[in-house]
Amino acid sequence: MIKTIDKTTFDGTVLKSDKPVLVDLWAEWCQPCRAMEPTIEAVAKEFEGKVTVAKLNVDENPELAQQLDVMSIPTMMLFKNGQPVNRLVGLSTKERLTGAISAALA
Amino acid sequence: MSDTRNVIIIGSGPAGLTAAIYAARANLKPLLLEGEPMGAGDQPGGQLMNTTEIENFPGAIGLQGPELMAKIREQAVTFGANIASQRVTKVDFSVRPFGVWVGDQEYRAETIIVATGAKPLMLGLDDEWRLMGRGVSTCATCDGFFFRGKDIAVVGGGDAAMEEAIFLTNFAKSVTVIHRRDKLRASQVMADRALANDKIKFHWSAEVAAINGDRMLESVTLKDTVTGDKSRLAVNGLFIAIGHKPSSELFEGQLELDSKGYIVTKGVATSVPGVYACGDVQDAVYRQAITSAGTGCMAALDAQHFLEEHAPAPAKAKTPATAAV
Repeated sequence: MIKTIDKTTFDGTVLKSDKPVLVDLWAEWCQPCRAMEPTIEAVAKEFEGKVTVAKLNVDENPELAQQLDVMSIPTMMLFKNGQPVNRLVGLSTKERLTGAISAALA
Repeated sequence: MSDTRNVIIIGSGPAGLTAAIYAARANLKPLLLEGEPMGAGDQPGGQLMNTTEIENFPGAIGLQGPELMAKIREQAVTFGANIASQRVTKVDFSVRPFGVWVGDQEYRAETIIVATGAKPLMLGLDDEWRLMGRGVSTCATCDGFFFRGKDIAVVGGGDAAMEEAIFLTNFAKSVTVIHRRDKLRASQVMADRALANDKIKFHWSAEVAAINGDRMLESVTLKDTVTGDKSRLAVNGLFIAIGHKPSSELFEGQLELDSKGYIVTKGVATSVPGVYACGDVQDAVYRQAITSAGTGCMAALDAQHFLEEHAPAPAKAKTPATAAV
């Protein structure tokens, strides 16, 4: 399941999570972000229970995107113990995402 | 080993999908491997997925690039094309039926249509990857939003660069076009539109020699292509639109490629009989959505003729397509 987060739930869902969290930064008008949707869904399914997958709409949360130094989407950020441990900018294959997540789980 | 198909199409831009429409209507039951999103600008649907309004595809005026691609894709599916969201990892064109692999999964087909398109060229500077997503971008439609009220630069002098520069004036305080020559390569209509835009400045005869910034992009170092003099331009954003290179790595050693990596074609025939190439992967000259669609059609018709001559297709359906031409 993919959680929709915003600036009010970011701390609780991402920074205070006891599991790694993959955050998908996206926007409606970003076609490559839309192209990534099936990949994100497949990843969320594969790591169900082990990793939280969350979507953050940058259009609705521009300050948060700025705090995270994100100036390009799609960007996938991976958090572990409240810290960003990886950042994948641009389009990613499922293999690249699962590789990054497996590394965070190890 | 899997069943042998009539035709496998690799790629899902205007070329691949048009080939799929024609092959499907000819009842060839094409399998189209549309790819998987990867890297900068490499995605199912191709380059039109990152463009805005279409003005030069007949009948499609007013549509956005992704909308046009969705319509063409839907048309291919309607006529029976089988589309899989898989990225081909290996091919073997040395024997027929030809082999196509997605990881360990093997497909076989009597004919192949290659329509893998082209992907954006990068500047080749180390820092462009370090600062990618931190001010450096290859997609104006995705990232323009982040540069509201900021000073940005676009590198390139072609239509794509002009489209990006014009689009970015919706957000940016200023847009500087950096171009290696003293004259644009863009079409007259796009060049005129950019030159007439008050928010767009031009830095002629310059190339980006370095990209500077610690955590985020702060400036670019420009080198004059005539005098060699260096200067610094403070920008928060740098959009790279210096052209494309053919996505043909997969076919090295399998098909004849030219020195720039384009698949060498005669019409749409490659160096291997039964393998056809269409769209930007074989076109260094026109590179338009409409020429891609045109060559995609040619590839499907040629594949159909090849099948009729070489393989009296037992897999061919009993009832011919009834739709009118």
